Amino acid sequence: MRHIISVLMENEAGALARVVGLFAQRGYNIESLNVAPTDDATLSRLTLVTKGEDRVVEQITKHLNKLIDVVKLVDLTEGSHIERELMMVKVRATGAQREEVKRTCDIFRGQIIDVTPTTYTIQVTGNEEKVNAFMDALSGATIMEVVRTGVSGLARGDKTLSL
Amino acid sequence: MTQAAHEPEMLSGGEMLIRSLKDQGVEFIYGYPGGAVLHIYDAIHNQSDVKHILVRHEQAATHMADAYARASGKAGVVLVTSGPGATNAITGIATAYMDSIPMVVITGQVMSHLLGDDAFQETDMMGLSRPIVKHNMSVRDPADIPTIVKKAFYIAESGRPGPVVIDIPKDMTMPNEKFPYEYPDRIKMRSYNPVKKGHSGQIRKAVNALLQAKRPIIYSGGGVILGKASKELTQLAQQLNYPVTNTLMGLGAYPGTDRQFVGMLGMHGSYEANMTMHNADLILAIGARFDDRVTNNPAKFCPDATIIHIDIDPASISKIIQADIPIVGPVKPVLKEMLEQIEQSKLRVDDETLGLWWEQIDEWRQRHGGHYRSDDSEKMKPQHVIQTLCKVTKGDAYICSDVGQHQMFAAQYYQYNKPNRWINSGGLGTMGFGLPAAMGVQLNYPDAAVVCVTGEGSIQMNIQELATCKQYQLPVKILCLNNGYLGMVRQWQDMNYESRYSNSYVDSLPDFVALAEAYGHAGILIESPDELEAKLTEAMAITDRVVFIDVQIDPHEHVYPMQVPGGSMADMFLSKTERT
Repeated sequence: MRHIISVLMENEAGALARVVGLFAQRGYNIESLNVAPTDDATLSRLTLVTKGEDRVVEQITKHLNKLIDVVKLVDLTEGSHIERELMMVKVRATGAQREEVKRTCDIFRGQIIDVTPTTYTIQVTGNEEKVNAFMDALSGATIMEVVRTGVSGLARGDKTLSL
Repeated sequence: MTQAAHEPEMLSGGEMLIRSLKDQGVEFIYGYPGGAVLHIYDAIHNQSDVKHILVRHEQAATHMADAYARASGKAGVVLVTSGPGATNAITGIATAYMDSIPMVVITGQVMSHLLGDDAFQETDMMGLSRPIVKHNMSVRDPADIPTIVKKAFYIAESGRPGPVVIDIPKDMTMPNEKFPYEYPDRIKMRSYNPVKKGHSGQIRKAVNALLQAKRPIIYSGGGVILGKASKELTQLAQQLNYPVTNTLMGLGAYPGTDRQFVGMLGMHGSYEANMTMHNADLILAIGARFDDRVTNNPAKFCPDATIIHIDIDPASISKIIQADIPIVGPVKPVLKEMLEQIEQSKLRVDDETLGLWWEQIDEWRQRHGGHYRSDDSEKMKPQHVIQTLCKVTKGDAYICSDVGQHQMFAAQYYQYNKPNRWINSGGLGTMGFGLPAAMGVQLNYPDAAVVCVTGEGSIQMNIQELATCKQYQLPVKILCLNNGYLGMVRQWQDMNYESRYSNSYVDSLPDFVALAEAYGHAGILIESPDELEAKLTEAMAITDRVVFIDVQIDPHEHVYPMQVPGGSMADMFLSKTERT
């Protein structure tokens, strides 16, 4: 089962290494991970996606909570939540392909953010599923490079992960 | 009030470090000097409140500090230099981590501007120690030193205890750069708030289950000793008249000579403890973590038992064995609340059913009950040596063990009636732990009888510390169960490798008596069972120097019972020819 764990932690040197080290030491997997400071510069928000049996994920959250730098965390997938990922993809865009790629991009409400006579760089945001679907839809085109941020998310409604 | 209270004293980073330790109440630090910590050593030289103990290898410093913590409940302090000093401390830090022992380890580091340049004696101690510490911190501004020290002790000693490393680049301790010194009274951290009590609703559920059990057992671990809850455990067990088993780490938390004590459980646990566990309908686990050396095969673990699990660390609960009633909290307040709730409960223990359970347990006790073959009177049995040690010391010595067969014999045959008296490396199983551990205890409890129970393999892993014993006049007794083999390795080779003794024979042993004497200590050789008690008594009477007691034991003895690999708790080898 896929889980999105969102962690609020001290914005200190070494804090990220502790989280990543924990996953490596205990053999847990990380599908994606991103981290950046929040509106409060002393805090970082880290979001990671992991897959595992409930029992393993429970251990993951317990061990994350034990890290001294971790202030709070939430498993977003336990409740209703919003998740987004940003992808940038550079594709070969020449001849008939040029129009086709543009159409696909529009369908997915993507934006072309860089253009050359032979390439497009497209930005797509959405949940993991949509981003994957866009990649599949591009399968006819020549993909030159892909970069994804990994999933970020928060709970719907009034619920927040804050101090 | 003195003027200093208004105008803080100006101190260098090195001085602040030592002053902080003094203000924290630290009497001894254990360490070894080197380039990166020379400013700190100079600060040590200029005061007399904090005393430094010079070991002969940094690993020994960590074990001394660790054993002090195990005996006293307070964090021990280590000071080592960067690079090899820090890496030599790693084994001791991991040892403390595995057994949740509070310790503060201060490691020197190269100058900040050299960090990452592969400077002389540079090693990334933050990275190296990360998986084996509760927390580690690097000093980036000398002014932070008092707060960092306070934080280190707070983290090390509170919650589930553990080692904390403070890495200090040399330029943070410059003697000519002074800062206002003030040691904080307390520390508050938004990201770390250890739980103070258990959930009352969960405790109520546990009490209900506990009072209705037909075949109960209390399984208590090192957490009861760390949580200073021996008194509450004893009261609870005796009030209910339930059997108690202790883990290797929990020995002494419940009196070993009491009728309700069924012995240690697990891989080399007593027959009756393992049988009582396996057949129980309720297990009250207190500060124990269902280690693989306890459970044997988790899939076959205690099939009928409802499990109540009290632990301060939620990550220990339902990690190996699913708990039916988890209680997260420090064991002492949880047990206190349990006792109160039992008092108020309408339920009462059914004495008749419990009586039948005790009959069954006593039958198991009769069947094996720690018997070992002693028909061959020519040979010295290690079990008999430990029993005699227990007799001679009236069961009141601090027993600091190394790792191997002798450790198991010392766990099985010495009767611990008090907590904090049995000191051993349980989780990591660190050979070489015993002697420095005994030194750490002896230094802090100068009038106590302190015995290092060891083997001829383990003792040679830190034997250089005989010099430290001489320097600080630490009269520990070293009881070496000498069988000329790495006994536990050989036992496994006997049982699983058709007695192919690959590298388990310790050839070219030194003359330990002569060796002890060379260091300025006493040595006693015991070769026959007839002279055992008299010579042990004689050894214990020497209190002005180390006594190295080299006991020539039966080289082919095995530790029994021993759980059958892959089996349940009830599957045991009881001797070389017998199994359940």
